[in-house]
Amino acid sequence: MSTDEPVKLEIEAASETRGTGGELAATDKVRQPIEVETLFRDYLLDGAFDEMCTPDGGIRPHYQALVEALASLPHEELLRRKQSADLSFLTQGITFTVYGRDEGTERIFPYDLLPRLITASEWDLIERGLTQRIAALNHFLRDIYGDAKILRDRVVPRDMVYSCKHYRRQMCGLEVPRNVYIAVVGSDLLRLRSGEFVVLEDNLRVPSGVSYMLTNRRVMKRTFPQLFHSQGVRPIEHYPQLLLNTLRSLAPEGRPEPNIVLLTPGVYNSAYFEHTYLARQMGIDLVEGRDLVTHDNIVYMRTTDGLKRVDVIYRRVDDDFSDPLIFRSDSTLGCAGLFNAYRAGNVTVTNAFGTGLADDKAMYAYVPRIIKYYLDEEPILNNVETYLLTEEKSRQHVLANLDKLVVKAVGESGGYGMLIGPHSSAKERAEFARAIEANPRNYIAQPTLDFSRAPCLFGSRMEPRHVDLRPYILFGDKVNIVPGGLTRVALEKGSLVVNSSQGGGSKDTWILEE
Amino acid sequence: MLSRVADSLYWMSRYLERAENTVRQLDVTMSLLLDASETTADTRWKRLLTSLGDPPGVEWNGNMEEMARNLVFDSTNPASVTTCLNAARENARQVREEISTEQWQRLNRLYHQMHSPQAQAQFQANMNDFLANIVDGIHLFKGVSDTTMIHGQGWQFIRLGRYLERAYASATLLEVYQESLLDLPEREHSGYQYLELVGLLRCCTSFEAYCQVYTADLTPDRILEFLLLNRDFPHALRYSTDGVRQSIDAIQLSSGRRPPEELLATAGRLHSMLRYTTINEILDGNPGAFLHSIREQCKQIHELIYRYYVQYSIQSALAV
Repeated sequence: MSTDEPVKLEIEAASETRGTGGELAATDKVRQPIEVETLFRDYLLDGAFDEMCTPDGGIRPHYQALVEALASLPHEELLRRKQSADLSFLTQGITFTVYGRDEGTERIFPYDLLPRLITASEWDLIERGLTQRIAALNHFLRDIYGDAKILRDRVVPRDMVYSCKHYRRQMCGLEVPRNVYIAVVGSDLLRLRSGEFVVLEDNLRVPSGVSYMLTNRRVMKRTFPQLFHSQGVRPIEHYPQLLLNTLRSLAPEGRPEPNIVLLTPGVYNSAYFEHTYLARQMGIDLVEGRDLVTHDNIVYMRTTDGLKRVDVIYRRVDDDFSDPLIFRSDSTLGCAGLFNAYRAGNVTVTNAFGTGLADDKAMYAYVPRIIKYYLDEEPILNNVETYLLTEEKSRQHVLANLDKLVVKAVGESGGYGMLIGPHSSAKERAEFARAIEANPRNYIAQPTLDFSRAPCLFGSRMEPRHVDLRPYILFGDKVNIVPGGLTRVALEKGSLVVNSSQGGGSKDTWILEE
Repeated sequence: MLSRVADSLYWMSRYLERAENTVRQLDVTMSLLLDASETTADTRWKRLLTSLGDPPGVEWNGNMEEMARNLVFDSTNPASVTTCLNAARENARQVREEISTEQWQRLNRLYHQMHSPQAQAQFQANMNDFLANIVDGIHLFKGVSDTTMIHGQGWQFIRLGRYLERAYASATLLEVYQESLLDLPEREHSGYQYLELVGLLRCCTSFEAYCQVYTADLTPDRILEFLLLNRDFPHALRYSTDGVRQSIDAIQLSSGRRPPEELLATAGRLHSMLRYTTINEILDGNPGAFLHSIREQCKQIHELIYRYYVQYSIQSALAV
């Protein structure tokens, strides 16, 4: 961000020559030409798809109103709104803790003030695509932990399943309520140069971030009330209610008024804010492992009125830590005996255990085939091209082109265990090459994607940054997707990493009525 | 309500009350030190530390400014305002979903006020204002709690924590002061003595209330009567222990369980002790022992609350 104030003369000259924002300057010139030009001074377009601008520098129609609204706001007013939004996040305690100093320092979750806009037709495609994908993945889990037909038909290789570290043999032959394994899903989408949305990964274990989607919206409505109103944005505020209905629909039979709880690892978990937020919005108890006890395969929670039976657990604790008797025995976060109560059908735990099998980054490569196999449909949303390193030919190709590709460890998430070829050093590449040779099943490679960028506000200027999109999918008696999602932003210039643990932020996502 | 949640609400409330107590006592001590007096700074500070429960590792070192800063900002001092507010917020954070957004935001503001980079400078510049702001913040929190929360079990645990902490702190304070108070030489009121007595009343924010009941005629026995036995004043011991008993009754009524006989009996006994005793009986007996016994009973109530509501054994719960 440069601080020098543009001189008026220069700007007028610039508006003659620069394409970017030109259309807008024409319509808006009389009112606030300076503001528009200041806004766009650093807005450069290159190859990547730009959410706001067409390749020739025009403003896409659905962004027009936003640009006009921003242009009409004085510089100070924008800063003031940014500050009041900051304060709102701080007092709401929407913070995460930065460790490493004597005292954990609390920072607000980085966010960007400009909404990302998605048109109704784009959303329609995303919605249909995700519905199809989640249905197929659920079929897949049911099949793998049941008859495993897909393995017999050799659509997915057997060793791919049994070597997956999230495969849970304990789940075999178990009937889960309504056959729903993945009730709460967040899938990450990217937009390619062509403008096409593709799925980068599915999060089928404990996807997080939905509270940021909801609080971003609340803050945005307060920050830009008129703009929000005039845009016709589809609401997302009912997500907690939908989630509650989803959980209720999965209650064990014969429990008409189920006691539903959210199981959190506790206050030191980075998503703790989200757990409290959701529990409060749904009006259910937030429990930790130490609040639960099991007796005769029934789960109870300790209350001031004595023990109370638990029927549905929305689990935000990983498989590994959920039950020390079945999974990791050194875990104190879970509840001893939980899995047996679950097997006995006395309590529903969702998402089910072992769902990580289907979001393994190597299994991902098979999802288009999985969709075709169970639904006999072509995938509506495509995958990103993926090299499986267990295949000799692709491995050689990948090793020869490490500087151009992105390599990911299959079981990791949060942007960890990843090599971004073009931004890597020779030493890092050598390390990854060795690791790949040692355990090819543990890695996949993908082309470095030049995914889409959206305008972000820095000071009083707009600059483009790379964004992804994580919509939240609920699956109870049917698939439900609230029209919205978390748009994650790589706030650092040129960066492709959107994870909040690595310098990413988020912005509100507005799905327009039409 | 989850036992862990009840526990956190109870402690959140106790810590806030404790922070307020520290602020008030520090404020009064500092202002008494402004006047020349027969009581030395040494005595005052030692008395202050004793009435704050003799926080381990904190010794009077002769440096008033440093001691005051320590009592406000030192997070290793268990009685400091910072320590108490941090603990209150940490407890609130663990039950974020149980308290209202207004409560949380209020507490959060208080926390950020204490931790702002300017806090120390503001404290140096004007200690009274700084402390007054903290107390305001705590009062606002109590107000918001009373107006935005369902007055159910959770609220009762907050109330219980507040009054039990207050009863305990008042009993400690009076136990520390009673001797010097009653030993005051029988002579015409000197200005010094007057300030001394006002100071004690102000430690319990009760100067104005006292005057309404007894006029500004300050005598040690009336002050003790007021602070111990008054029915209607929120900082009087009797009022606090009534609050404790009412909350315990309310919690017991709202729960479907067998009544916690021992807890009800202990709270009832403490209540009766303050309800049916006169100040002359106390003064004729051993006031120090009387106050000490109140503290012990508060501790016992705390333990019983734990045994019945928080740390009960699973076997006993399944047997019901």
